Amino acid sequence: MSDIFVLAEHRQDELREVTLEMLTMAGGLGSPVTAVLFGSGVNDFADKCASFADKVIYVDDPTYENFNSAAYQAALVELIKAEKPGLVLIGNTGQGADLAPSLAVELDLPYSSDIIAVTIENDKPVATRQYYGGKIDGRIEFKDADTYVLAIREAATPAGEGGKSGEIVKTDNPVTTEITVKRFLEYVEAAIGEVDITQSTALVAVGRGIREDKNMPIMEELAQAMGADLAASRAVVDAGWLPQDRQVGISGKTVKPKLYLAVGISGAFQHVTGIKGADLVVAINKDPDAPIFQYADYGIVDDLFKVVPALTDKLKGMKG
Amino acid sequence: MNVVVCVKQVPDTSDPDTEVHIDSSGRDVERSKFSFVINDADNYAVEEAILLKEKHGGEVTVVNIGPETANQVIRMALAKGGDKAIRLEDEKFEFSDAVCTARLLASAIKDIEYDIVMTGCIATDDGYTATGVALGQVLGLPHAAYVKSVEVVEEGKLKVGRELEGGIMEMLEIQTPCVLTIQTGINEPRYASFKGIRAASKKEIKLMDLAATGLSEDEAGEAGSKSVMVQYSVPEVGELAEMLEGDAAETSGKLAGILKEKGLV
Repeated sequence: MSDIFVLAEHRQDELREVTLEMLTMAGGLGSPVTAVLFGSGVNDFADKCASFADKVIYVDDPTYENFNSAAYQAALVELIKAEKPGLVLIGNTGQGADLAPSLAVELDLPYSSDIIAVTIENDKPVATRQYYGGKIDGRIEFKDADTYVLAIREAATPAGEGGKSGEIVKTDNPVTTEITVKRFLEYVEAAIGEVDITQSTALVAVGRGIREDKNMPIMEELAQAMGADLAASRAVVDAGWLPQDRQVGISGKTVKPKLYLAVGISGAFQHVTGIKGADLVVAINKDPDAPIFQYADYGIVDDLFKVVPALTDKLKGMKG
Repeated sequence: MNVVVCVKQVPDTSDPDTEVHIDSSGRDVERSKFSFVINDADNYAVEEAILLKEKHGGEVTVVNIGPETANQVIRMALAKGGDKAIRLEDEKFEFSDAVCTARLLASAIKDIEYDIVMTGCIATDDGYTATGVALGQVLGLPHAAYVKSVEVVEEGKLKVGRELEGGIMEMLEIQTPCVLTIQTGINEPRYASFKGIRAASKKEIKLMDLAATGLSEDEAGEAGSKSVMVQYSVPEVGELAEMLEGDAAETSGKLAGILKEKGLV
């Protein structure tokens, strides 16, 4: 297969880790790897990419100081037409998922998203992705094309050590017309509330399994008995049962407590990505096949409405 | 402000206890045990569409690809404040990938007058996070994904916030007409009123089959898809947690003991 393009992703002066993960993944597929970097004055990112790639195409232009999918798409269309890579990898991230599907449509290329593994079979990619929140895997095959576009899940595979020294090719901005349909304004940071869960030593995390707002007191009592702070999955925050600053996961906080007790959380990757720094993970969930048990050190397969009050009593008893 | 909102009916897997099993075909899951609901993010998209209509006037058109049972999801959106509805159904739509699904949706949307098209940003069943963004390109419109705030700045221009990793919001201006994929948590979806439900039951849901879309057979379904999900499998399981056995009294006692021994409580 021809070269593999990997789109470098950066935001707020940081090269995002998904870039190195994708470069590492691409490096294992047997074709030369080219990192494509759009940025403004980010030579250090180009150097970093070069240590993971055979070549870096670096477009240094003020247009790319901040991400704009329309600008990225216009430039990628030109580069893909000119260089004809066999495969294009883009992060299935806040940036990449805003770009990759429309890019594939514009170029009429096969596309799939949120890919966790890629192999090459008969000179074309075969991809693995998850369904139903990680409870099922699916094998994706593609119809023949010169180029395939895949959006890769963040943290699906670890980044390697690098150690390459790819050539950095500075390239003029392939787009000369101004992008007017979309304009970047600013980043707004998430507010921090009364408890900063990234600093908590123990967390009791509540998931959708709690079912209703009125059931929250049993979790509060447990957290109190444990000396822990309450955290939550996205569903609980969306429902308004806990404030946003308690959300753990990709779009919430990354936490590193000594103890993380996940209650009624199935363990979709969006959540568990946020708990990799926890020392001890314990999960209580009724479904024995829930992915959360793969991330936990100890598990209890049972109804949380039975286990949680019992555990609260036991802990109170020990103190008493 | 006319808004088109695309809604998908999905198996209700919101409860973390839900077990999902692969059916005998290997390309679908056993559906008999599921109840079916509106996709979570789409529910927020419906609410956002209705909020815009209430503030700025206009009409909300609900578009769905699905079987007759999906009428329930469509009618609920109508009951909350939707005005019109289109449902696309044809057996030839089966196994459409995200791009193909976008093409089908576009065929129904292109003749509607609208300022904004909304979809949910992700579906709870297949999780592609792709259909809405692909739809923008098929319609030749700008798009924004993972939208968690929408504000009308002036005629033809919106200010939207996109949710990125770490909960950071990327604020941008986007021209209308455009496609927005709506993130969960952007609003508080309302419940339909009894009066609304009664009124919705009388509204027409326009049906479109493949012929009505104007697309050919090789532009729909598996034939019209460049990516094909060929086989479901049970994920390889990594090392599992050490499971504490017994009834709730026993397991909670064991766990309390472990936590105490490790000095964590």
